[in-house]
Amino acid sequence: MAKRLDRVLGRNVLGRLALTTVAAAALTMADLGGPASAQGTLRLGMTTTDIPLTVGQPDNGGEGYRWIGLTLYDGLINWDLSSADKASGLIPGLAESWSVDPNDPTKWVFKLRQGVKFHDGSPFNAEAVIWNMDRLFDDKAAHYDPRQVSLVNFRIPAYKSIRKIDDHTIEITTKSPDAFFPYQICYILHSSPAQWNKFKDWQKFATEPSGTGPWKLTTLVPRERAELVPNKDYWDPARRPKLDKLILLPIPEPSARTAAALSGQVDWIEGPAPDAVPRLKQQGFNIVANAYPHIWSYHISRLGDSPWNDLRVRKAANLAIDRKGLVELLGGYAAPALGHVDKADPWFGKPSFELKFDPDQAKKLLAEAGYGPAKPLKIKGMISASGSGQMQPLAMNEYIQQNLKDVGIQVEFAVVEWQSLLDRWRAGSASPQSQGAHFVNISYGTQDPYSAFARLLRSDLKAPTGVNWGEFSDPAMDELLKKAQLSFDAKSQTAALADIHTKMVDEALFIWAVHDVAPRAIHKKVKGFVQARNWFQDITGVYIQN
Amino acid sequence: MFGYILRRVAYAIPIALGVSIIVFSLVHLSPGDPINAVIAADAPAEVAQRLKEAYGFDKPLPVQYGKWLLRAITGDLGVSIATGRAVAGEITSAAANTIMLAFFAGMLGFSIGAVLGGIAGYNQGSWIDKVATTMAITGVSVPHYWLGLVLVIVFAVELNMLPAMGMGPGGSRDWAWDVAHMRHLVLPMVTLSVIPMGIVTRTIRATVAEVLSNEFVQALRAKGLLERQVLGHIVKNAGPTCLAVMGLQFGYLLGGSILVETVFSWPGTGFLLNDAIFRRDIPVLQGVILILAMFFVLLNLMVDIAQTAIDPRMRRA
Repeated sequence: MAKRLDRVLGRNVLGRLALTTVAAAALTMADLGGPASAQGTLRLGMTTTDIPLTVGQPDNGGEGYRWIGLTLYDGLINWDLSSADKASGLIPGLAESWSVDPNDPTKWVFKLRQGVKFHDGSPFNAEAVIWNMDRLFDDKAAHYDPRQVSLVNFRIPAYKSIRKIDDHTIEITTKSPDAFFPYQICYILHSSPAQWNKFKDWQKFATEPSGTGPWKLTTLVPRERAELVPNKDYWDPARRPKLDKLILLPIPEPSARTAAALSGQVDWIEGPAPDAVPRLKQQGFNIVANAYPHIWSYHISRLGDSPWNDLRVRKAANLAIDRKGLVELLGGYAAPALGHVDKADPWFGKPSFELKFDPDQAKKLLAEAGYGPAKPLKIKGMISASGSGQMQPLAMNEYIQQNLKDVGIQVEFAVVEWQSLLDRWRAGSASPQSQGAHFVNISYGTQDPYSAFARLLRSDLKAPTGVNWGEFSDPAMDELLKKAQLSFDAKSQTAALADIHTKMVDEALFIWAVHDVAPRAIHKKVKGFVQARNWFQDITGVYIQN
Repeated sequence: MFGYILRRVAYAIPIALGVSIIVFSLVHLSPGDPINAVIAADAPAEVAQRLKEAYGFDKPLPVQYGKWLLRAITGDLGVSIATGRAVAGEITSAAANTIMLAFFAGMLGFSIGAVLGGIAGYNQGSWIDKVATTMAITGVSVPHYWLGLVLVIVFAVELNMLPAMGMGPGGSRDWAWDVAHMRHLVLPMVTLSVIPMGIVTRTIRATVAEVLSNEFVQALRAKGLLERQVLGHIVKNAGPTCLAVMGLQFGYLLGGSILVETVFSWPGTGFLLNDAIFRRDIPVLQGVILILAMFFVLLNLMVDIAQTAIDPRMRRA
């Protein structure tokens, strides 16, 4: 047979095979000793499938703002991202100061920072702010951009109009008095009118964007990479980046992201695969995590026939959840919820109802409400198998399902695809799309008062007008929300928000589980990062120490 | 021959039209609102409605299809809802990366498959046949998504010999035919080549064995032809079947690499499709699927023509 083979393939088959193997190995091994990353270049693996939009208002939610929005651009008001210990507050950005007219609280005056320039060298001034607001609110403007409108306008529901007082002062009028307005305006990021005028096209602007932020974009390869270099003329010298270069890489697949870190292709990954954490640590990565304004909970239905209308049932469900066990399930990368916001948050207040694990008390409350082994409480909920901010929804929901079963609450899940779940959430609990579900499992950001409380609790924001999915309605809560919205003094506003949260917890308005802690794997050579208690982060202080 | 080609090209037109209708219908039947998927979670309904109007999603489906088809014929596949970029441009750059990967994976898989299949078929029942068959079955059976992960763990993570993801130090835009970039090709290429390798091995093995069992082979040997000359006749007889299978497999490589491209963050059409699926980016989804389907139609056409060229019996049929 060997002879026949030789006839067919010629002699020295094995020799040729060996040669081919050596050549392939040489190709493989070559360049192994190539240069390491230049000192001061940070390669960061994001969880997104693409580079977030670079035109000003980013897509991809919090991650878009974190890595593209707030690196290339500034708001009139920025977030203070300097501390890992305290909740982030608002600080001056492109506006040095702002104040509300005491005689007419619908008018806000912003004193703009002088001497600030966009990356293209053009000046930032009152005209630029008006131009940027027109981009979002004047559909007759040539530069009006529906895509950016869809991403940010919902965050600034109070905006009515803008006018220039002088070159460095503007006045914004709101539809009604709204003390939450500073939290709304901080989402509006300012792009350069001069740069847009060069192209008259947002698509072209996206490849050569110009903002006022601490970083400038030098390279954009869609779906592959964005390269940013420091803006050496940044208006805040304390926030001029220390790195030479920042490379952002979208790597949506968790195992691919982890492999990229372990093989040395990136120095930092967002959301490492939980089971890879020990290996990442072994290979010189630090797992950095911190609580941030995020809550993983069940948003409950308050329609007429909902069992959640009974306070005892709501409290029982909250007491049935073993949050410590849930945190263990998540490898320790979560914080047990004691309410809608974290206990360290100034809005936490002083609720008397404690979210502890007390199945006996839960059973007692259920019995008082008329449920027991003979008449178990049957609940139906809509959940997803994945989704932004959902952590590990299937495992977590199954864990909670078991907890609730132990006290006599039988939960049936309708598992739907993430986008489909969002559609149903927007439609509201009364909608046929929600199929009679008693809760929906969607995690929420609690960064600003509107997102944390108003949109979920205000009776005039019942779905589909707003996202009060459960159709919760309580005039007393509406009053508290109104009071907070009309508290223009920071201290009284915090007190009002704390009252809202206290009422929320005492009345167990949600079934709360845990707060995410946003784990990220960062190589030990990366120094200077402070993980703020915020959806956004500041990496201007980061540097590489080889 | 020319008439045959014209006839086959004419057949391709209704196929393309049918494909376009199926693509359009399936994309619109999938759950989830395309506009809701790209706007912020609690954006008000009027914003969603305005965008629907801007992208024409407020029109009845037949009207949407008609408009899309007319534009597609002129090469305009619309604009991505998520990024605002032209879909045709997105597909062009992604397709170039996919074709490159598919070409090398195809060459690797087809070469190994042809050699293994040829040897196995020629030596049917021997140990070498059993080894080749085992390899072929393994190749066909192994999920390439899983294989990709294993290769990454072994060669990128454990041995640190090859990169785990991407298309090179500067991405696809700076692609060069040098070692630094070609190293990025190795793992996805090997991963993607395994299935066509298995299928081609099995096909060629069976075809060669079948041809060998024909009486004309015995006649050729009886005439005293050298074994090399006999082999030439075998190859010629087995060629059309093998070519058809390779053509189909190349089509699968172009269209079926979504998982492999995602595992390796390879910026091709599979990666683009994955992104479009998650974002419900209907213009991109429609465009990519249509182009991939057209690739398939084109490949089938080319294979048919090639088969006809090398086998006159088919022309007569």
